[in-house]
Amino acid sequence: MLSTITRHPVLSRVLGAAATLLGVAVFVFIMLRAIPGDQITAGLGTEAAALSPAQRASLEAYYGLDQPLLVQFFTWLGNIFTGNLGFSSRAQESVLDLTLQSLPVTLELALFSIVLALVIGIPLGMMSASKPDSPRDAIGQVVGLAGLSVPAFLLATTLLAVLASSFGFNPNGQAFARFFDNPILNLQQMLLPAIVLGFGIAAPIMRTTRTAVLEIRSNDFIRTARAKGVPPRRLQVKHVLGNALVPIVTMTGLQFGYLLGGAVVVEQIFSLPGIGRQVLLGIQQKEYALVQSTVLVIALSFVLVNLFTDLLYRIIDPRVRAA
Amino acid sequence: MYGGTRAKRASFAAIGLAATFALVLTGCTPSSETENKPAASSGGSLVVGVTSDPDTLFPWKATQFQAVNVLQNLYGTLTEFDTDLKVVPGLAESWEVSDDGLAVTMKLREDVTFADGSTFGSEDVKFSLEKIKDAATAAVAASSLASVASVEAPDEATVVLTLSAPDAALLANLAVINLAMLSSDDTEETLNKTPNGTGPFVLGERVASQSITLDKNDEYWGDKALLDSVEFRVIPDESSIVSAMQSGNVQMAVFDDPLVAETAKGNQLTVTETPQLSYHALQLNATKGALTDVNVRLAIQCAIDRQEVLDTAALGEGEVTGPITSPAYRSDPKSRPCPERDLDKAAEYLEKAGLADGVTVKAIVSQGEYATSTNEAQNLKAQLAEAKINLEIEVLESGAYVDRWVAADFEAAVALNGGRPDPDGMYGRYFTSTGNLNKVAGYSSPELDALFAEGRQTSDPDERAEIYEKVSDELEDNAAWIWLFTSYTYTVTANNVDGFVPMVNGSLQYLRTTSLK
Repeated sequence: MLSTITRHPVLSRVLGAAATLLGVAVFVFIMLRAIPGDQITAGLGTEAAALSPAQRASLEAYYGLDQPLLVQFFTWLGNIFTGNLGFSSRAQESVLDLTLQSLPVTLELALFSIVLALVIGIPLGMMSASKPDSPRDAIGQVVGLAGLSVPAFLLATTLLAVLASSFGFNPNGQAFARFFDNPILNLQQMLLPAIVLGFGIAAPIMRTTRTAVLEIRSNDFIRTARAKGVPPRRLQVKHVLGNALVPIVTMTGLQFGYLLGGAVVVEQIFSLPGIGRQVLLGIQQKEYALVQSTVLVIALSFVLVNLFTDLLYRIIDPRVRAA
Repeated sequence: MYGGTRAKRASFAAIGLAATFALVLTGCTPSSETENKPAASSGGSLVVGVTSDPDTLFPWKATQFQAVNVLQNLYGTLTEFDTDLKVVPGLAESWEVSDDGLAVTMKLREDVTFADGSTFGSEDVKFSLEKIKDAATAAVAASSLASVASVEAPDEATVVLTLSAPDAALLANLAVINLAMLSSDDTEETLNKTPNGTGPFVLGERVASQSITLDKNDEYWGDKALLDSVEFRVIPDESSIVSAMQSGNVQMAVFDDPLVAETAKGNQLTVTETPQLSYHALQLNATKGALTDVNVRLAIQCAIDRQEVLDTAALGEGEVTGPITSPAYRSDPKSRPCPERDLDKAAEYLEKAGLADGVTVKAIVSQGEYATSTNEAQNLKAQLAEAKINLEIEVLESGAYVDRWVAADFEAAVALNGGRPDPDGMYGRYFTSTGNLNKVAGYSSPELDALFAEGRQTSDPDERAEIYEKVSDELEDNAAWIWLFTSYTYTVTANNVDGFVPMVNGSLQYLRTTSLK
């Protein structure tokens, strides 16, 4: 029975995903409580020292901190299944509502960044691979190295400071506009952060492309195709790039997943109310339920992105389909 | 090779496409907001850049700077501070203290209404004060009312506070927003979402973690606010706030990092320095380790050049200070056992303590709580090392620091503590043996207990000044802590902002007199 489940391709994946999510939930729950301080000291700071024992007890009851840890965990987990992700006393809104506002912001930013990264990274990688160890390869490699090594916060602050002080251009200084409320301002506000993130992600994509293209080019079928007289452009795009896509898609999927939670620095600098900032604020305020639920949402998105990447393999690579 | 050129062309094309896309975007709309353009004379909408939105809208529990600043404009208190921190009438129009100092009769202002339209009266005062004292409320300023035994409301416009002992600091304590007057119909749950105060502004709109907008209160009892609205816009990164000011999107911000303020200078922006009541100190815990010996503490005091700490850690932006920082009672920083650094004297003290070979003191330092903390610690360590005092620094994340501080689990702590206008409110809770922060202060003495009690019983300003001078000397002579310096806040305003008065307690209460030219 167990072995049929573990061998079933879909069931085993779903089970694996569920186990991953539970692992994340437990891990975050424990880590949060391992951080010194609680919601009381996070809110009151050093003033918490002035609380009388009776006051402290009243606050612990208010925040549910007087409950045993196991009760806290299972109450939260039970609530998740009913769609109640918790309540943020800082924002005075439910975590579900907060997430429904912040997740689209991060998804939009991640999408733009990835598109930008692909547009920069793939051509650059192909250019590098077209003539290894040539000046053009060196240019590609240098751009790639810069993308990898220039920290996002540095690029972001510099861009913002220069554009704002020299040109007075700073769409991110305005109140955040949602796409459906004011698409033009929204796109302007996404522009700089997407450039910063896209530049950073273009680097691994460029390197993956270069390696994959070089490897594919040395295969016999490429030589055969060239010998058969396939036009060079068709050869590069369909035969070389087409076959090099699998590692590129893997890398893209990984980077996209990373952006879901890892864009927090850029979200901070450009004041984008994304999901990374939601987690950061939650950690600062020690709003346990908020952080636990939001991290779970991020983990779930990550799992879904991976699943989607796997599906893409089947489309790109007939061998995977056959298997 | 051929294909390579193609790829290159493709990448150029892509970059070109991205650039065009960018140009289209930037060209489409002007970058500055039209909505914030000030109206001709008064009115208009001011945007204040803040790094965080309030963590609570309930005034009795608010200690976060951003929360206090917002709530100050929404709620009213019985008394208020003027620009010189003198206590002036607020919701109480006048008051009378009985001869024995045990009864305070307050005459309340009439025709005051809450934001929801209900009338403010004596029952609201009674309700508020009693609720604040109730431990179940967990109000942060409950101890400020420790001397208040009962509150009576004989008629709609009168309240009588009966005190268990004279309390000259009470009137100043009542001016703090943590003692805001709430309507007796309200609960914490409703106020968390919908503030209902008597202040010069009312809540307009809140977008969690993005902005909070206050609208002018047309029913305000005093001079009405000049602005139509004030938006506190959350821009988490301080240098991004400066960028937003340079591009004209934000017109005002308050920083405490001198480096950030420096970047804002010029560019149509005005930077105003305001000395602060809060003070930087090396807190010593006289109940721990070698610090139990007063000679060790005095040795530390003599081994430190405070100006050097100020110069290296904070660019010299501040003033060397003694314990009391309030302008009316300010301690003379020269009045201490070693007004100047004196290594010989430090060595003498160490010898008296029987520690001529040196001593190790452990200090906690917070990382990220304020800009200068670790630099201060490094400089203190370097200076003390020359006096054979090894300051072992433990740098903690701010949450961990607060935890250790609250539990008084440290020998020494590099700290930035808030100050208060009244010295009793400021230090009574630390340095009297029954004070609720005495455990953290780590020092008390019968002399201090007597002096603080005397200060509370005396209402004459000159006599009080004398008493608190003695308090200050007592603290310095015993090196209870090492007081270092006070720093500035930097109020950055766009050139069209007029009439704002920054205060030494960091309050933004004068947003009500601010206008846009």
